[in-house]
Amino acid sequence: MTETARPIIQIQNVSKRFGKVTAVDNVTLDINAGEFFVLLGPSGCGKTTLLRMIAGFELPSEGKILIDGHDMAGIPPNKRPVNMVFQSYAVFPHMSVADNVAYGLKIAGVKGGEIKDRVAEALELVKLGGFETRMPDQMSGGQRQRVALARSLVMRPKVLLLDEPLSALDAKLRAQMQFELSDLQEKVGITFVTVTHDQDEALSMACRIGVINKGEVAQLATPSDLYEYPANRFVADFVGSVNIFEGKLTLDDPDKAAVDCPGLGKVYLNHGVTGPHGADVWIALRPEKIYLHVPGEGKAVKAAAQDAPDGYNFARGKIKGMSYLGDITLFEIELESGACLRVSRPNLSRHDQEDFTWGDKVSMHWRADSPVVLLG
Amino acid sequence: MAEQDWKTNKGVFAAVSLPTLFWIILFFLVPMAIVWLYSFGENKGLTEIDISGTLDNYKRATEWLYLTIFGKSFAVAALVTLICLIIGFPVAMAITFASEKWRPWLLLGIMLPFWTNLLIRTYALMMLLGTQGFANKGLGALWEGTSWIKTLVGLQPLPTWEPVQLLFNNFAVVFGLVYVHLPFMVLPLYAALDRLDRSLIEASLDLGAGHFRTIMRIVVPLAAPGIVAGVMITLIPALGAYLTPDLMGGTDSQMIANVIERQFKKANDWPFGAALSFLLIYAMFALIAIQSMRKKVPEVR
Repeated sequence: MTETARPIIQIQNVSKRFGKVTAVDNVTLDINAGEFFVLLGPSGCGKTTLLRMIAGFELPSEGKILIDGHDMAGIPPNKRPVNMVFQSYAVFPHMSVADNVAYGLKIAGVKGGEIKDRVAEALELVKLGGFETRMPDQMSGGQRQRVALARSLVMRPKVLLLDEPLSALDAKLRAQMQFELSDLQEKVGITFVTVTHDQDEALSMACRIGVINKGEVAQLATPSDLYEYPANRFVADFVGSVNIFEGKLTLDDPDKAAVDCPGLGKVYLNHGVTGPHGADVWIALRPEKIYLHVPGEGKAVKAAAQDAPDGYNFARGKIKGMSYLGDITLFEIELESGACLRVSRPNLSRHDQEDFTWGDKVSMHWRADSPVVLLG
Repeated sequence: MAEQDWKTNKGVFAAVSLPTLFWIILFFLVPMAIVWLYSFGENKGLTEIDISGTLDNYKRATEWLYLTIFGKSFAVAALVTLICLIIGFPVAMAITFASEKWRPWLLLGIMLPFWTNLLIRTYALMMLLGTQGFANKGLGALWEGTSWIKTLVGLQPLPTWEPVQLLFNNFAVVFGLVYVHLPFMVLPLYAALDRLDRSLIEASLDLGAGHFRTIMRIVVPLAAPGIVAGVMITLIPALGAYLTPDLMGGTDSQMIANVIERQFKKANDWPFGAALSFLLIYAMFALIAIQSMRKKVPEVR
């Protein structure tokens, strides 16, 4: 995090329409210098269009984009102080790795000796030292992506734009690259703006995330805030897995609140929500925040749920589905109301999953600060 | 779908390929073989040819006179190909980058001339280029107009308009051949450009290159297979062009195909005509061989 947040990219009331379709709808957001910013959203939400508008490949229908304080209206892509890593990497297939990386420097008129040094430095940075003479068709997808990264970083842009940088890699490599990208960003100190539809990727890499839905900013927050304090049902549902129940706000004091959900029962919160009394609200409850008790463990339940009044934050149900994922087991539990609750349980010992089977009657509870009340 | 190996489906393979094979052998290879044999023969009387195995026809075909005609044909074909490439590349690029809606219509526009017979197209061009043709009439009108404006401002009028000789010369031959062969150049270029990953162009722009540099350093090298295909597909038929130089050329613009035609018709010297034909075929073989030896551009997907 930078000490003083200085916006390097300012997106001001930007809209983009393709014919009758509005891809980006009145978006305003600032991206700070030196941060790793992620635009997260489902496919077709307009996040890539937003990125391409920053790069200059699309022009906003309305609003303006400022990079480092300068209005980018009328500035073509080749004159903008940003560089992009494309989803397909777009490594020039007829040039060697070194020629690919040197391409932008040659155009910028950098001297031969300096080009050589900077290319070597950039390749070293992405761990491709010694690959100078390789042709792109002799490289793996992951290596080609590193070439694309080096080719952009060598230009020392003010902002590096990455369009779905990890989507073409296999799961293992993707996890590794997530760390490497964060590492790289810290090392070079350049502002990274990444577009992704993968919430894990966004949570693990970003300083801040802008969740985009239907062309609008649904929420702008740090990864943990996004996950723990989603602003609306879309964000709660899109980022991570969640149980959402509709209910009515029956109590709303500064230090406590209660929601009556026909599906889930009475939900008690140890903080206020500042919503109108009797309003329709939604309760979002993450599967891992629900304690699932082994059958017959009833007494312990009460003890664990002591931060809520009796009859609150407690549920009974029947195991309808189970899926063992190794580190955790996912349960689908049919409540007495007929609604289903997703619960995850860490397998702390090797035999944890053996305690449950289909059809078991189980009880659950959750802490009074676990549910999130959503007003929209 | 699984890949089919002809070895596992011999019956199907034979059923599909035999008719084609039969056709090629009967109507292509056999006649070619007959012409090839004629090239080693001598005329005996008006219609009789004795295949004696002589090489005299080839000796005569490589005489200076015929070599210059070969050379000239090659120069004309090369010039035509070059002009087609210079005109065709921007056209192919324009079609590639046209909107989804327009592309099929533009392609249709390129292919439309094929729907008309070559002879008719050639006559249409002659109407255009003749001394009384549209081109001359248009130029004449411009000339008269300029003359009229000059008198209007009180200057001496231009001398009387003399139609320009646009037809029956080498210019007409090149013009006609370019007109006929342009689609052959545009289509393979379009095919190559259409396959080009757009993000490569965007990457070049992103790295600071202007449009011209992007075309020269990224688009042209990556379209090289299409350029080579277009050049070959234009050069070879242009080299053997017969109708265009015959109808639109002057006395000095005959190409090798016209000489060959004369051997089979007016001169009634089939063995010599056959030898000239085969020299032309060998030259084309050489071109194709050179093309196939060129280094393959690696494709990255």
